[in-house]
Amino acid sequence: MATLQNSSRSFGAATRSATLASFLLSVFLGISYGQTRNSCLDCHSALPEPLGVSQDKFAQDIHAQKGLTCASCHGGDPGSDDPDKAMSRTAGWKGKIERKQIPQLCGSCHSDPAYIRQFNPGLRTDQLDQYHTSVHGKRLAAGDTKVAVCIDCHSVHDLRAPSDPRSSVNPVNIATTCSRCHSDAVYMKQYAIPTDQFAKYSQSVHHDAIAVRGDLSAPTCTTCHGNHGAAPPGVDKVQNVCSTCHVFQDQMYEQSSHRKAFQAAGLPGCVVCHSNHGISHPTDAKLSTGSGATCIQCHQPGDACDQARAELLGGLNRLDTAIKRADDVIAVAESSGMEVSEARMGQSQARDALTKARVTVHSFRQDLMNQDIQAGMKIATQDLELGQRAMAERNRRRMGLGMSLLAIGMVLVSLRAYIKKIES
Amino acid sequence: MNPNETVGVSAKARKVVMATIDEVAAKTAGNQSPPVSRRGFVSLLLGGSFVASAVAFLYPVLRYLNPPKMADMGSDSVLAGKVGELKLNSGKIFRFGSRPGLLVRTAEGDYRAMSATCTHLSCTVQYRDDLREVWCACHNGKYNLEGRNISGPPPRPLEAFDVQVRGDEIFVRRRREA
Amino acid sequence: MSPINAASNWLKERLEWDDLVAPLRKKAVPLHRLSYWYFLGGITLFLFGVQVLTGILLLLYYRPGANEAFESIQHIMTQVQYGWLIRSIHSWSANLMIFTAFAHMFSVLFLKAYRKPRELTWLTGVVLLFLLLGFGFSGYLLPWNTLAFFATKVGTEITGQIPFIGGPALIFLRGGEEVTGATLTRFFGFHVAVLPGITTLLILAHLLLVQRLGMSVPPKVEAEWTANPFARREMKFFPNFALRELMAWYVALGALGALAAISPWNLGVKADPFSPAPAGIKPEWYFLFMFQTLKLIPAKVWLVDGEVLGVLVFGMAGVLWLLLPFFESTKASVTKSWITGLATFALVYITGMSVYGYLAK
Repeated sequence: MATLQNSSRSFGAATRSATLASFLLSVFLGISYGQTRNSCLDCHSALPEPLGVSQDKFAQDIHAQKGLTCASCHGGDPGSDDPDKAMSRTAGWKGKIERKQIPQLCGSCHSDPAYIRQFNPGLRTDQLDQYHTSVHGKRLAAGDTKVAVCIDCHSVHDLRAPSDPRSSVNPVNIATTCSRCHSDAVYMKQYAIPTDQFAKYSQSVHHDAIAVRGDLSAPTCTTCHGNHGAAPPGVDKVQNVCSTCHVFQDQMYEQSSHRKAFQAAGLPGCVVCHSNHGISHPTDAKLSTGSGATCIQCHQPGDACDQARAELLGGLNRLDTAIKRADDVIAVAESSGMEVSEARMGQSQARDALTKARVTVHSFRQDLMNQDIQAGMKIATQDLELGQRAMAERNRRRMGLGMSLLAIGMVLVSLRAYIKKIES
Repeated sequence: MNPNETVGVSAKARKVVMATIDEVAAKTAGNQSPPVSRRGFVSLLLGGSFVASAVAFLYPVLRYLNPPKMADMGSDSVLAGKVGELKLNSGKIFRFGSRPGLLVRTAEGDYRAMSATCTHLSCTVQYRDDLREVWCACHNGKYNLEGRNISGPPPRPLEAFDVQVRGDEIFVRRRREA
Repeated sequence: MSPINAASNWLKERLEWDDLVAPLRKKAVPLHRLSYWYFLGGITLFLFGVQVLTGILLLLYYRPGANEAFESIQHIMTQVQYGWLIRSIHSWSANLMIFTAFAHMFSVLFLKAYRKPRELTWLTGVVLLFLLLGFGFSGYLLPWNTLAFFATKVGTEITGQIPFIGGPALIFLRGGEEVTGATLTRFFGFHVAVLPGITTLLILAHLLLVQRLGMSVPPKVEAEWTANPFARREMKFFPNFALRELMAWYVALGALGALAAISPWNLGVKADPFSPAPAGIKPEWYFLFMFQTLKLIPAKVWLVDGEVLGVLVFGMAGVLWLLLPFFESTKASVTKSWITGLATFALVYITGMSVYGYLAK
């Protein structure tokens, strides 16, 4: 920065310095544009828990990033450095918000479509209404402050958008967030509901999909229970919940004998065989009589249903075995260098047929199952034949090799003899 | 190589030795060996095995030079079907390498082709004429006719292929070009 | 006189055949305990011939171009009768040929056959070795599969590291900034026209020189024979050595057939330039020692970029290799032992680094 020369102060120089000063001022103002003065943090960033909110923590909060301040929720005057003025009741300061008031407070903005539209036109504004229908909302209205309110799931002061993978309500984190209360046996003691859901879910195939494979379309707690309107779906509505993704199984089940029977008995449909939270990857063992057997929970060994079960399992086993046999032959052929792409594609179609059969099993009807099994068997048999033909070709090649090696061997032997002869 | 099998110390010396042997042989003409001697047999064997090895070598080469009967799919396009095979608003699965492909004839009559392996868990998709969309039976995933995933679990679109109708044959080829 | 004899005499008269082949009749191969090494050159030549023949056959069905290359080889492997055999022999023979070329080079080094007056033979030989490596590099890309694509990418990238000329060299090799179908076309041209032309001329020169100068005898054996002239043993090239050479060629042919039938060459997956490089991508084994060396050099050595340094060192080593005979003493009885030491080091280094590179992730 150029130094001003005092000795030669002229009108021009004064104008220059004034311009410079106002320029710098507007730069500073520009930098702080959008960041209204938040004097609360000056003290509260240095205070210990529970009064402390660090600058770093608050900088992560989406509300802070959009320009809101502490006063936006807590009231008071954030522009003043004087604690008495800043935290004056007359200025509207609310202090610590009571748990019972929290949903209403959040809803004061988040249920106002005109207000929210200024920030994110696509954001829903019915969360508070939904919350009132939930178990949490109903219990809160009845006076129970142990239930979840907005800040319990969404966090507070460092609240992130759900799409942020660090957010406590991002799909990959939701189960952990719910488990903070729902797996705490001591906390949940008075509610007479199980606290093993998270433990069971963590073993499930859905958890594997979302947490290990990163498939965000896989279900987590809120997918089946709802998020703001969280409540158990109800025994008779379980089928609806599962069928949003598992459409075909639902169609099969709908025409099966089990549907009427379970409905009449007040049993929760899919959950009877597949469980609700600890849903493991279903195998054919479910139809067996050994470990993992499901049918035997209700049916008697030897009765008509048990016999039907054996038929269904038999069909699946037959197709599975046929596919594996063909796979083995094709693999050997391929490792010997034979071209087996047609057989491989056939195999994927055969496997599709097996998957389809395993879906059709939910109809518990042998005639429907047989259709799928036969279709699959036809393809698997064809592929086995293709694999065997490839093996035959491979053997032909080795025969050819053998014969040419024989010829070469003869040449070598006779060359040796010839050399011996001409040199003796 | 055994030095004893060598031709000898020098060519000149060999000439002298051979001349001597010939002389001796001529003198003992009465004791000549039979016509097909060991010498002849070895030459026969050598010639015969040369021919055998030449045949073993030439046979595949000659067969190779004869072009195969199968239509040359030298390019990366595949015959997916024939015109008239598909009704309006229907689809069929065809083989593209070792993976399935889906050929759709839209309700307007034009053709679309895409990979038929669902990007969610690799089930084979199908064309739903009631929805006019591509659908995966495994978890209700849906794709539009460009292959873009529009509903359900699939995380990525289906790879779209180019369709070329030549005469009455429908060819499908990969889009990407290096 | 039989018709064959008559025809043969007619030709011989018009070609002045007897004068032409007279020197060949006299050609003799020295016989000593290290004579077996003399076969290697001929085997390499035979394998080159196999390459030319199978290469021409492959040319009848191969289509260069990113759209068709992979599919045409798939066609050859699966539909063309015995196409699998021709292609697999071509790929196996390429590797065997480069191996025997290296072995031939090292045997010449250790047996000191590069000494005066055979410096030119050595020069043409080393250049031939480089050309063979060029054949290997260019041919490897032609199937246009994933491994080949990325190996070419990495290989040309390393070439681009050479100071000054590296940039233009990379553009020249790739036919552009990136490895594309243009690279494939260019490599095809190198592989079937440019390199064969140059190689054929050099092979003729190499063989002519060998013919003119005869076979070299290792210094120790030469010393023994000078002391005791009667110990000197020789074998006529035609027909004795030639027949033995023929046996070696038949063994090589049998080995090729067995390899092709039992372990056919893989085709892999068609290259997709937009997908990321597969983890642990490596070049073919004959480039492994250089590749592994470059991997081990730290990113920066003093002020010089590590990879540049590595490339420069190998470049200088190549030049040094060409000029080795000129470091050797011109006196027949004296040899520089440091050259043997260098050769031993090179052999151990190349073998060790190749094994290391093969085993490394």
